[in-house]
Amino acid sequence: MTDPIIHMENIKKHFGNVIALNGVTFDVRPGECHCLLGDNGAGKSTFIKTMSGVHKPTEGTITFEGKPMSFDSPRDAMEAGIATVFQDLAMIPLMSVTRNFFMGREPTKGRGPFKRLDLEAANRITMEEMRRMGINLRAPDQAVGTLSGGERQTVAIARAVHFGAKVLILDEPTSALGVRQTSNVLATIARVRSQGVGVVFISHNVRHALAVGDRFTVLNRGQTLGTAQKGEIDAAELQDLMAGGQELAQLEGSLGGTI
Amino acid sequence: MASDRTLSADERIKAESLATRLMKRPELGAMGGVVLVTIFFLITASPAMFTLPGIMNFLTPAAQLGILGIAAAMLMIGGEFDLSIGSMVAFAGMIFGVLVVNLGLPLIFAIPLTMGFAAAMGALNGAIVIRTGLPSFIVTLAFLFILRGASLVGLKMFTGGSTQLRGVREAVSGDWLAPVFSGDAFGGLFRWMAEMGWIGKLRSGAPTVPGVPVEILWFIAFALVATWVLLRTPAGNWIFATGGDRNAAQNSGVPVRRVKISLFMLTACAAALVAIITVIDSGSTDARRGFMKEFEAIITAVIGGCLLTGGYGSAIGAFFGAIIFGMVTIGLTYTGFDQDWFQVFLGGMLLLAVVFNNAIRKRVTGER
Repeated sequence: MTDPIIHMENIKKHFGNVIALNGVTFDVRPGECHCLLGDNGAGKSTFIKTMSGVHKPTEGTITFEGKPMSFDSPRDAMEAGIATVFQDLAMIPLMSVTRNFFMGREPTKGRGPFKRLDLEAANRITMEEMRRMGINLRAPDQAVGTLSGGERQTVAIARAVHFGAKVLILDEPTSALGVRQTSNVLATIARVRSQGVGVVFISHNVRHALAVGDRFTVLNRGQTLGTAQKGEIDAAELQDLMAGGQELAQLEGSLGGTI
Repeated sequence: MASDRTLSADERIKAESLATRLMKRPELGAMGGVVLVTIFFLITASPAMFTLPGIMNFLTPAAQLGILGIAAAMLMIGGEFDLSIGSMVAFAGMIFGVLVVNLGLPLIFAIPLTMGFAAAMGALNGAIVIRTGLPSFIVTLAFLFILRGASLVGLKMFTGGSTQLRGVREAVSGDWLAPVFSGDAFGGLFRWMAEMGWIGKLRSGAPTVPGVPVEILWFIAFALVATWVLLRTPAGNWIFATGGDRNAAQNSGVPVRRVKISLFMLTACAAALVAIITVIDSGSTDARRGFMKEFEAIITAVIGGCLLTGGYGSAIGAFFGAIIFGMVTIGLTYTGFDQDWFQVFLGGMLLLAVVFNNAIRKRVTGER
């Protein structure tokens, strides 16, 4: 088994007297999809923000490619190769796919006062990268606002991968999508994984996680409840771990086992 | 490539017609407006309006407003307003007047100093907006009054009680930089064309139009450069991104603060440029200079296709917006209508432009 790209050991994060994370251990290996599951308020967001350099952990160590690492800003983490696709996607609906794709990292040609956008290259790369993710754009100058939610998600993922992400953190990528779009995004995750990127897939939907995940870590009340390999655990067990046990079992009984 | 074919042919997406593609250009409305207004005046105005002197007549005010309007459009695309542009014209005019008349500085120093002052005020505007997170609308509204008042007080201080500072023309006459900022360009060409009988001549043999007023050249050059920056440089992409969604832009590594502050500095410098040109032209500066220009500049930008919410618009649109403005202001004097219809006309144009732009935005983003 390969060494993890990033390993987070016993991470604790306190905000004043609120303990958001109380000992979380998590790692990602290249080419795997590690799912982080947890109910609302379990600390998922705080944890990924710690991983992507937004928060500094109060306690605990982060090891990146074998070396201890401390990120001072999201920029640091991005440069190291940790890309985060947040729920709001960082996309501008009125701008074209190409312009969104290269936002903040525009390719240029020419020099001095004649330094300009290399639009042909940018358009070509965008079309290629999107095709690799299984989406054929009508035109690269199509506004992002005309894309569906799943396609936007794919643009954000393709962008992160194109700019050299080694670890790709996806914050609930399927939470607002329809059935068809969800399967497209899950297929995209599988593609990205096969390129050797370590994917961190955050979700509270057990079925989506089981569809693509290689390992599963459940977060509850700021702590990890352990990590399971694919095939060792089924949906019902994960669901129970996430919700913290019995009450859900009772609820589920009264609802006819549909959650 | 069979799989590509099946993927690209989504039966739910119709091929776009040329008309739809055109509709998506932000400047389309303003171009259409120019055509409509031209047709209107071709029918109603005396033919003198579309002779060479007539055209220069309406392009000159259009150019002065357009320089402000293009800067305002860029700032609006970046997601902010500047209501202090008009007062900035008066303020920069005062600074410039004092530098050339009271201090007797040559233009090579006076112009950069005036620009520097204006840029500093613009940066202050921008810094306050960014630091406080308040809407730029209210911050620059404060500066509208602060700068107007400062111009009044300053002028009285420097002239010993008058709100007008005279003697600029005498102070700059003979300065080698003066032709760049005042008078008419291509005088030789126009005299030659008059001799050849291609353009009208006065009885003395001089052409009816002595040349192209320099502000028109500044206006065209600024429109071209602004369009190039917006559409073909990373900076342009950052401006659209900053105005489109500040957070998204920031998360993607766009230097949002730097973009906004630079844009505020740009509008202030555009105001200073207009101040310098008009002050040299009239030979004096006064505290009422640039009055109401902030609104006219914003109207120009909106007619040119800018959305009030930012992130969408064009410099070429503002260029045509300013030409519409100039045509309507001056054009009515060539017709039999009461000139005061001008404001009614303008308000109507603005309303039409906003409704039109809103519809366009929905089309671009595919909203229903």
